Amino acid sequence: MASQSQIFAGAFADPVFSAQSVFKSLMDGFARPGQIMRLEASSVPPSPMGAAAGAVALTLCDHDTPVWLTPALAKSAVPQWIAFHTGATVTDSKTDARFAIIEKGAPVPGFDQFSLGTQEYPDRSTTLVIEIEALSGGVPLTARGPGIKDDVTIAVRGLPEVFLDFWSANRAIFPRGIDLVLTSGDSVLCLPRTTRIARQEV
Amino acid sequence: MTDLATYNFAYLDEQTKRMIRRAILKAIAIPGYQVPFASREMPMPYGWGTGGVQVTASILGPKDVLKVIDQGADDTTNAVSIRAFFQKVADVAVTTKTKEATIIQTRHRIPEEGLREGQTLVYQVPIPEPLRFLEPRETETRKMHALEEYGLMHVKLYEDIARNGHIATTYAYPVKVEGRYVMDPSPTPKFDNPKMHMSEALQLFGAGREKRIYAVPPYTEVVSLDFEDHPFEVQKFDKPCALCGAENVYLDEVVLDDKGGRMFACSDTDHCEDRRDCGHAGHMLARKEAAE
Repeated sequence: MASQSQIFAGAFADPVFSAQSVFKSLMDGFARPGQIMRLEASSVPPSPMGAAAGAVALTLCDHDTPVWLTPALAKSAVPQWIAFHTGATVTDSKTDARFAIIEKGAPVPGFDQFSLGTQEYPDRSTTLVIEIEALSGGVPLTARGPGIKDDVTIAVRGLPEVFLDFWSANRAIFPRGIDLVLTSGDSVLCLPRTTRIARQEV
Repeated sequence: MTDLATYNFAYLDEQTKRMIRRAILKAIAIPGYQVPFASREMPMPYGWGTGGVQVTASILGPKDVLKVIDQGADDTTNAVSIRAFFQKVADVAVTTKTKEATIIQTRHRIPEEGLREGQTLVYQVPIPEPLRFLEPRETETRKMHALEEYGLMHVKLYEDIARNGHIATTYAYPVKVEGRYVMDPSPTPKFDNPKMHMSEALQLFGAGREKRIYAVPPYTEVVSLDFEDHPFEVQKFDKPCALCGAENVYLDEVVLDDKGGRMFACSDTDHCEDRRDCGHAGHMLARKEAAE
């Protein structure tokens, strides 16, 4: 059983302005894919959930947004922490989830297992929040698409090998598809479904 | 105790802001697609910019500097009252200078001065569905967007040409965003359409009565629909602005008397004032010496 301090502590010190600043970073992040955005407000969710993922959950989740958690997160104090601070319910069903949170090192399920929205309502898709080792210092990839002037290099570290295949399959079913928030420490890097990512030519 | 304390910051409650914020993020991820949202009653009637106000209230922070324009002007009723609203409920800094603003809420104009990265333009939208006057049923227009079936829109533009010899649509001129969704740019004059293309600023659209939010991220392709033999053209004006002498800007017609007297002046008041401060003068600008 999780200790009460783990569940009740660790939310935003100033909920209104912290949520606004984290949202602003996410909005700018989705409007400028590939940019690393440092969150100005911090949260301390129970282990193994990361600080940035916690801040995203506090900013965007509530009783309208079922959240899917990895088995490790589901077994921790995280479900109770999310329930207490946001009112969101945790769901076992990936297709019901509006948000899915994946901690560092956990296996990343195929993107098509989550809700992809419908052709009529492509907005009804899951947003994945994946914590990885680092948002820079990895293998450089070239990203293009809306929000990116010409192209931008992203070099995240800690995504599975199959990420590029997952992502191009996700891009191919546009306008349906998942959106991605990569987190590390107190920073995020957002990838909307419109971003096209390719390996750089050597 | 100040007036501010009786409201949450920026008027809306936090749950409403979260719901709108989620809609905004999905709107940015699917450029041009209209995301349904649970629009709230606002302390102003539908048609006065409740959609834009809700979007602005959800993105606004204490560090932002807000500019509000109504038909390009900072000093008309809608602009003045919305600016006063946010001063009261968010105590936010306001400006009339396009350069200084981080958020610009607009009713039907895009400022003449090029917007830059980091600025957000929030449009007030009356009818977000570009196909609505062609097909009144939401179930049908939704299917048409799903299937990318936009033939009807081209028929409408073609009928314009058949009747008038040219495309007679002058405002709310339909655009295609990133080669996928046909979008209503809100009733801006088509003069402003080219400014949406590859804009450095983020553009958000809020329709309060119709309960839709949509977006165009920065550096996104926005193409006005046209035909090879009838390419898209913007309005041209015969004369420069009567006050500042600017050419290639959008002008408003001002009736001066009941004898047919009229003048044309910049619709963007900030741009016009800026130019006059820099010494530009149109032919009807009152000379300082003459006034003294």
